Amino acid sequence: MAMERVLEVRDLELHYFTRKGVVRAVDKITFDVRQGETLGVVGESGCGKTTMGTALLNMPTPPGRIVGGQILLDGLDILKISEQEIRRRVRWESISMVFQGAMNCLTPVYTIEKQMKETLQQHREMSKEEARTRMKNYLNMVGLADDVLQRYPHELSGGMKQRVVIAMALFLEPRVVICDEPTTALDVVVQAQVINLLKDLKSQVNLSFIFITHDLSIEAEVSDRIMVMYAGQIAELGTSDQIFGPQGPAHPYTQRLLAATPLLHKEVTELAFIPGTPPDLVDPPSGCRFHPRCHVVMDRCLKDEVPLREIEPDHMVACWRCFHE
Amino acid sequence: MSEPILVAENLTKWFPVKRSVGQVLRGNRTWVRAVDGVSFSIEKGEIFGLVGESGCGKTTTGKLIMKLLEITDGRLYVSGEDVTHVRGRALEKHRRAVQMIFQDPYSSMNPRFTIRDVLMEPLEIHKVGKDMKEREAWVREILNEVKLSPPEEFLVRHPHMLSGGQRQRAATARTLMLNPSVIVADEPVSMIDLSTRAEILHMMRQLQRELGLTYIYVTHDLSTARYFTDRLAVMYLGKIIEMGPSGTVIDRCLHPYTQALIGAVCEPVSGKVNQVKDVPIKGEIPAATNIPPGCRFHPRCLYAIPECWEEVEPKLVDIGGGHMVACRRHEEIERVGAAARTSEASLGIRRATRIS
Repeated sequence: MAMERVLEVRDLELHYFTRKGVVRAVDKITFDVRQGETLGVVGESGCGKTTMGTALLNMPTPPGRIVGGQILLDGLDILKISEQEIRRRVRWESISMVFQGAMNCLTPVYTIEKQMKETLQQHREMSKEEARTRMKNYLNMVGLADDVLQRYPHELSGGMKQRVVIAMALFLEPRVVICDEPTTALDVVVQAQVINLLKDLKSQVNLSFIFITHDLSIEAEVSDRIMVMYAGQIAELGTSDQIFGPQGPAHPYTQRLLAATPLLHKEVTELAFIPGTPPDLVDPPSGCRFHPRCHVVMDRCLKDEVPLREIEPDHMVACWRCFHE
Repeated sequence: MSEPILVAENLTKWFPVKRSVGQVLRGNRTWVRAVDGVSFSIEKGEIFGLVGESGCGKTTTGKLIMKLLEITDGRLYVSGEDVTHVRGRALEKHRRAVQMIFQDPYSSMNPRFTIRDVLMEPLEIHKVGKDMKEREAWVREILNEVKLSPPEEFLVRHPHMLSGGQRQRAATARTLMLNPSVIVADEPVSMIDLSTRAEILHMMRQLQRELGLTYIYVTHDLSTARYFTDRLAVMYLGKIIEMGPSGTVIDRCLHPYTQALIGAVCEPVSGKVNQVKDVPIKGEIPAATNIPPGCRFHPRCLYAIPECWEEVEPKLVDIGGGHMVACRRHEEIERVGAAARTSEASLGIRRATRIS
């Protein structure tokens, strides 16, 4: 089934211009997001996953700047149009984002209604009544009662606040919703409830999600395709079955990341870990960026940079070991 | 493993809630019952896990063991001695025997201190070692012990110059400075990347074997608890509701709350994308000021029957092999569970089956 591509990212580069030098946080990344799918983005902290998320809204955090590439949203390159145009047509209209620690994104001094209405009024002309119905609809959709509108954020639990923020990301009916670690600050039971909510929403509305997290086990739960990032680049991109299936992932980094994830129902005496730390992105290692921590490193890995290549349909890997030349 | 090193008997901590003038005059008092009668005993060399959601009282229990908080009621024994209300010298001695690793190694270290200062401080406070030379030698030894080597390189660094994993190693080193017998580790790896989490736990386990330490591992993460601990206690609203050997508690859990917790855990297995997770629990955790009557879990429980809220709270009962559960209906739950297990075991996924 050839699905329609909603978002195409081509050679996206985002650098942070710091005093220590140029940090290449997102380094020539190319991928697509298809209609109605959830694309999971995983990696260790500092691998550029959140940076990439903000780049997709063309909203880099200073001193970051997008220095190259294209972001095509339904064919329109959002890096070419003016800021005003982006506000009017892209941000929240076509792509919205649920930020990390979203519960803290709500202003403590306003009621939920006031905060939601603000977003709505910026983008749509509608009467008070219409706005209220719409807000209520979306709150119900995420499993909250109408009276939440009159409440202040401190009156809601963490899970409820997270639901409010998800509702706010949805109610302008965007094409793509970026969720940046939406469940990390939540308790396990609430986390499972939010995950169920996202699954539910996905089947109800034909949305595409980009789900950013550091936890592979959550990706297994929500994502159709998984993109593994390492040091600002894509290490592996494949379907959920390719990554979590019996055959296992192809890239040594993904393999080791998966081995480091503890399984609940398995007696393990020794859990694997990845020695070393992620590289400094001001001066990344030569060749393959993972080579200093890799257990199957070859001579070639030290010298030549690895391209991302398709090794089987829908499965892209950046590892010299995986290419049969 | 023989004699218990730490025994808690009916450990209780109630925090008073601020009152208005009217409430004071009327004599109303409300309490946050953070820890509400917790009993357990830990043997020497054991790794004991305390798990539960936020607000269940697991950290407060850890702090009570450290004596960072005054114990409201109950008794606490360390190495056979009653330390419930120790003060002065005896408290100092207790704090040397019991040490704590905090969740966030960054905010628990003075940013202006070097690692050398951080590690020397406990020695100076407790006047350990003859002179600077002896103390410094000890610092180096401990740094080697936690694999921050060569020590010279780390001694002069400030906390912000270390990576998350290294910082947690330094925090562990600090707890080891005074040769403790019990270490309370409060979420020691929750702020660390998955890739290095196992490395830290591995190091902690090695230290435990070498130095004969006893750990109390406080966490919300059942997967690492399974891997790291020998015994596990699950807490809900200030009480232990299930306790036993870690493998048993996780694979054969009987309390409906434990089942919900375990059902909620995500695992990296394929084919779950289009499946809705079965989390057999309703509502949200009530406030600790207003604990439900009867079994405190009954408003959220799918198995609850009128007896659960009409009669007294069920006690922890041993059902064999050190597995203890505080649930009136555990026998029925076990019967249904056993039937489900045989059919679902092959999938590696267990889902709670509902009675009635």
